[in-house]
Amino acid sequence: MLKKQLLKYAAAVAICATIGTTSAAELKGPVSYIIPFGPGGESDISARFQQPFFKEKFGKDLVISYQPGGGGAVGWASLNGLNGDGHTIMGVNLPHIIIKPAQKDVGFTTEGLNTFYMFHYTPDAIVVTADSPYKTLADLVADAKANPGEVTMSGSGKASANHLAQIKFDKLAGTLTTYVPFKGTGAAVTALLGKQTKAEWGYTTVGAKQGDAVRMLAVAMDERHPLFPDVPTFRELGYDMTGGAYRGIALPDTASAETTKLWSDMIGEINNDGDFRKQMLDGGFAMLDVGAEDMEAFMAARVEEYLNDAREAGLIK
Amino acid sequence: MDFSQFVAALTPFNIALALFGVVAGTVVGSIPGLTATMALAVLVPVTFSMDPASALILLGAIYTGAIYGGAYAAILLNTPGTPSAIATTFDGYPMAKRGDGDLAVALACFASVFGGMVGALALLFLAPPLSKVALAFGPVEYFWLSIFGLSLIASLSNGNLMKGLAGGAFGMLLSTVGVAEISADIRLTFGSQTLIGGFGVVGALIGLYCIPVLIDLVAVPDRHLKVEENVKSVRIGDAFRLAMRSKFNLIRSSVIGTLVGILPGAGGSVAGLVAYSEAKRTAKPHQKFGEGEPDGIMATESANSATVGGGFIPTLVLGIPGTPPDAIVLGALLVQGVRTGPVMFTQSGSIVYTFIYGLLIATILMLPIGLLIGRYAYKSIVTIPKAVLVPTVGFMTIIGTFSIRNSVSDVIIMLCLGVFGWVVARFGFAASPIVLGLILGPIAEQGFVQGWTIGAATKNLFGMFFGRPISQAILAFTLITLILPIILARKKARVGAEP
Repeated sequence: MLKKQLLKYAAAVAICATIGTTSAAELKGPVSYIIPFGPGGESDISARFQQPFFKEKFGKDLVISYQPGGGGAVGWASLNGLNGDGHTIMGVNLPHIIIKPAQKDVGFTTEGLNTFYMFHYTPDAIVVTADSPYKTLADLVADAKANPGEVTMSGSGKASANHLAQIKFDKLAGTLTTYVPFKGTGAAVTALLGKQTKAEWGYTTVGAKQGDAVRMLAVAMDERHPLFPDVPTFRELGYDMTGGAYRGIALPDTASAETTKLWSDMIGEINNDGDFRKQMLDGGFAMLDVGAEDMEAFMAARVEEYLNDAREAGLIK
Repeated sequence: MDFSQFVAALTPFNIALALFGVVAGTVVGSIPGLTATMALAVLVPVTFSMDPASALILLGAIYTGAIYGGAYAAILLNTPGTPSAIATTFDGYPMAKRGDGDLAVALACFASVFGGMVGALALLFLAPPLSKVALAFGPVEYFWLSIFGLSLIASLSNGNLMKGLAGGAFGMLLSTVGVAEISADIRLTFGSQTLIGGFGVVGALIGLYCIPVLIDLVAVPDRHLKVEENVKSVRIGDAFRLAMRSKFNLIRSSVIGTLVGILPGAGGSVAGLVAYSEAKRTAKPHQKFGEGEPDGIMATESANSATVGGGFIPTLVLGIPGTPPDAIVLGALLVQGVRTGPVMFTQSGSIVYTFIYGLLIATILMLPIGLLIGRYAYKSIVTIPKAVLVPTVGFMTIIGTFSIRNSVSDVIIMLCLGVFGWVVARFGFAASPIVLGLILGPIAEQGFVQGWTIGAATKNLFGMFFGRPISQAILAFTLITLILPIILARKKARVGAEP
């Protein structure tokens, strides 16, 4: 009996091998690309950038839909119940998928998500309006030291990348600033432009979108962003912080290794397209290439980093 | 600005796109659960192969059509097809019940076209100065705006103030369930995965408005809507005369809609409610709002259609989307390589103006299309036998709710709310205060928390909440709304007491 089964498998493997390795995982129709947030955010914009390249390279439609709720939790909790044949993918975001399950049972775990590619990140940045008295980061730090707590900074959400960056920077600079959480980056930028807060913890994408209306004081990257050669990095200014919000894509955990590999290769191919990269960089994004095979190590490092930061900040127990 | 963009917008291809967009949008908007956001999200890839202006015209036309389409279900089934049409049910459904559904549909169409034109013209001529309104509204202003919105419960619940307020409070309580929008706390889920996404507004609308209607339809033997012996056509002439008589109402409501539309945190539902309550406050003695008053429909529909143009003002000028559909349009623009934000009007001016003209053309096209589809929708809903109508609508409510985010939890919540809504309606609790609380609760909570955080940090809490001019103005309006009905009631009682 067992022998018969083994023979069957062997035959199947042999057939697959003759046709080619991709036959086990192949796209037959349009792909549903679920964004677990509402439209207009960085997750949505970057998915929209991928959409035409996917169609051009692989001939299939990428259909984007939005499933907001629970700060992404509703979508991620449902992911592993979806069909794993490779025709459904979902955007994932760091630090969300690390912090949320550490706070409470939200129906998914960080390790339980089959994340197969992290394709970009939006580096943290301190943004002020063009007419702000803060000309440099030193101005802001000096004001925050002279008036503890009175420098208000808007940002997107609590226990988010913006919030963790604010806590980290306060610690590095020895300042006390007040973080004001808003619903998404759009609302945080509106508060900044309307002078409701003195500065914003945002991303380089804010600088790209708002152009001359704002000034970035520093960005949390290893090297300066090509779009903003005049904006220093935090490191240059003596604050050791790099990072931001990372974004990637996951498959349901029932997806086969072949399907996961196929997807990792496809997203990698888009990510290395010159036109795509240019579009992303012009939008203020920073590129990242972590495929399926390197994901475990990458995630382990991020988990340790984010959980440490969040624990020190008292955001999780 | 010259008129070459107007000519560019007028190509046969663009007009065909606008025509298709308005029809598709109207149909999508009329089905509860299917929203403009969804229709736009699906159609964005189709626009990649078009030039940016044509793409924008198509997306704008769908959006305009969907906001208007929401009125059909509101009038004919007492179910707002989109949150923007909540206040349309107040007078639309009573009108339909007494046999004036055709008139109500035509009125909604005239009012929508008028409001849409006002919004689009504001976008065309006044966008840069008006965009400042979006920035002038800080957390505290949003807090007071939501309190003002809640005070409308007082004017909406005729003589049932306590029950109205209880409903509003219950709605606010429901809005706190799930992951909190800004504090990221997980609240009131009792460990249940079903509740983690909270009570969605669209699902709650379908449950609280539509399910009770379906139960009532099954419970009583009468026809769904009263029908005149021979339905000839939508009463365009009557509707036009009524609209002309209420031009001040239309203008005021459209201006309210445009201004509220500019606020990124508010939206069509708030605009419709504010315009409705203003129309009610200034009503003549013979007008009976809530019992089928044509002015109620016109106020809501002109205001919510005006939010389309108004919402594009911060989207195009500041790069800050006013509503979810605006956010999708913004994303489509980025993919097209158009830089949005402050530089857009100068760098990509011709695309922007072609789009605005396209929006105007789509709004005008809505007049014949809306009247045509309205006539068809009305005829089919009145003539269809109940045994077919109820299961069909019941099926749509479930599909619609599920499709919002492919969640079975949402369907369960919707059905529970529906039965709950039917039961409490027996005791005089209306659905609208609950939904109002659900929509305004998060706006109030966020505004309060942010305002308090900033006020405490700058050691100026009192000044933060009471010292800002816009806040004071909204506060004054709130007090008028709350106190005026009491004074009027007293006066009435005194007049009545005198022999």
